[in-house]
Amino acid sequence: MNKFTFLDGLVAPLDRANVDTDAIIPKQFLKSIKRSGFGPNLFDEWRYLDHGEPGMDNSKRPLNPDFVLNKPRYRGAQILLARENFGCGSSREHAPWALEDFGFRTIIAPSFADIFFNNCFKNGLLPIRLTERQVDTLFSEVEAAPGYRLRIDLEQQIITAPDGTAYKFDVEPFRKHCLLNGLDDIGLTLQHVSEIRAYEAKHRAEQPWL
Amino acid sequence: MQNNMRAQTLYDKLWNSHVVRQEADGTALIYIDRHLVHEVTSPQAFEGLKLAGRKLWRKDSILAVADHNVPTTGRAQGIADPISRLQVETLDANCAEYGVTEFKMSDVRQGIVHVIGPEQGATLPGMTVVCGDSHTSTHGAFAALAFGIGTSEVEHVLATQCLLMKKSKAMQVVVEGTLGRGVTAKDVALAVIGKIGTAGGTGHAIEFAGSAIRALSMEGRMTLCNMAIEAGARAGMVAVDDNTIDYLRGRPFAPQGALWDKAVAYWRTLQSDEGAQFDNAVMLDATQIKPQVTWGTSPEMVVAVDGRVPDPDGISDPVKRDAAMRALKYMDLAAKTPIEKIKIDKVFIGSCTNSRIEDLRAAASIARGKHVAANVKLAMVVPGSGLVKQQAEEEGLDKIFIAAGFEWREPGCSMCLAMNDDKLEPGERCASTSNRNFEGRQGSGGRTHLVSPEMAAGAAIAGHFVDVSKV
Repeated sequence: MNKFTFLDGLVAPLDRANVDTDAIIPKQFLKSIKRSGFGPNLFDEWRYLDHGEPGMDNSKRPLNPDFVLNKPRYRGAQILLARENFGCGSSREHAPWALEDFGFRTIIAPSFADIFFNNCFKNGLLPIRLTERQVDTLFSEVEAAPGYRLRIDLEQQIITAPDGTAYKFDVEPFRKHCLLNGLDDIGLTLQHVSEIRAYEAKHRAEQPWL
Repeated sequence: MQNNMRAQTLYDKLWNSHVVRQEADGTALIYIDRHLVHEVTSPQAFEGLKLAGRKLWRKDSILAVADHNVPTTGRAQGIADPISRLQVETLDANCAEYGVTEFKMSDVRQGIVHVIGPEQGATLPGMTVVCGDSHTSTHGAFAALAFGIGTSEVEHVLATQCLLMKKSKAMQVVVEGTLGRGVTAKDVALAVIGKIGTAGGTGHAIEFAGSAIRALSMEGRMTLCNMAIEAGARAGMVAVDDNTIDYLRGRPFAPQGALWDKAVAYWRTLQSDEGAQFDNAVMLDATQIKPQVTWGTSPEMVVAVDGRVPDPDGISDPVKRDAAMRALKYMDLAAKTPIEKIKIDKVFIGSCTNSRIEDLRAAASIARGKHVAANVKLAMVVPGSGLVKQQAEEEGLDKIFIAAGFEWREPGCSMCLAMNDDKLEPGERCASTSNRNFEGRQGSGGRTHLVSPEMAAGAAIAGHFVDVSKV
């Protein structure tokens, strides 16, 4: 997994609530048996004017000029600013894979759906919850200032705006540790094999029908 | 120890009995009893296991089935779409390589993963059940701790039989009273989501309780727990009672003989203790719930069938107003339109929410002796499993549907998410018994209205929504 320590990135605003994982990556792209290559189909239905299917040459498809990520000022954005309940719906990890493959490393929103939130951490993506008021402020600042960037320091758990305003954010210590060090949590869990075996023996003795 | 002295919720009991170890920040290693696997979210997990040179921890915890990509017609010809076919073949190959039990497409036991788990008795009370699918919450109907996971976590369970996670908060949703005629578990689920919103249960495990829940069949409880995720909760659950035990007795994967008796004695303890504390509680009066219809592009955009499409001008929150306006545009609906005036093009009865025998019986009872309206281009019934299909045919339900002009299909996820050939065309409007009305969910540009099986059948016959509680 990619490490996440510090990011100084361009911000793109996606001003709608309840962005679901079907919108982030539509179902026809879930037929892939690979983990990579989902970036060109991120937000496919909003991003292109035609209907996308796997195997199409996406560079030749007509872009929707009104969709925010197609605006030249947001090209190369690494931070997605979003509204409440981002990532709701299905458990598809193809959603964080697509965001990461597109180039995003952080998503800032007032709230996230649980499974999506969890999936982000497994892929070196940092989802950050700020209050609705703070998110409102960021939306107005991003829209007012082309080239708007934020600096995100995971170690200090601080986001710094161009005017120097600092936003403190929460992250669970264990998840932070894994992101900072790019740790594979299967490897970590396998350090406790004997405890798992011991639990398993006790569990089977108590519930032998399992 | 002090923890054990306190009155515990059902969720506390399920959680505590599966903690292998705990980190200082509360992150716990949780043991997984049952791992359900399907073709869409597992290939990358098996590949990861292989690339890392890791072993599969416990193959007998896994039950695999292909459901998302499978065709619902012409099974004998196989899967026409080469990309879908490769995904199903990859599941077959992985199961063969690791010795995992799989119900293949030709097996009568094949079906939607959340239908076949309980049907086989592979889902049992007190278990932790996971699957790379958000609707795993369904299995909580059996007082199991069941939740959806991503592909990285599927790999984690394959390799370690455990997951790293933090305990959620506990929410209790109490529904007291008797549901009216034509009002179902689906309507309760939609009414709960309408009340608390699609993020209302975020960070929580929901226990459904109250006299209306106890009166539900296991099929109804599965429908309700299935939709817990649409309220934002990864897990939904219902305490064990006689319905639970009766449903499981004699199922192929359920214990037998002395082990059965021992299991039942334990399962009976799987309910929240008197006085157990929940972090949040919501009350609904069952007598006030009417058949529900969604009008927008999120399950929380829902009203009773005798209501009207809301007027965004009446919504004060700007983010919500904007979402409502966007939804009305996508759904091509005018504010204040009476729900019963909305005409439909297609009907889908199926999905892990509503494709079990009871759902099909309910829909058939409305369709019996009637015919699908002329403006409805397609009305399809997709049973949840081969065994559900078989039972429905033994009861003659297929004949009722076919005589009424419905198509009777092979089991699978089908038009709930349209990964196979069953999909809406752009602009088509569907009365659907599935769980998500997101933009494009049932096909690019398609418009979904979520309803119960009775309401879907009623809409098919009338050509527009009708209040089945008055039919």
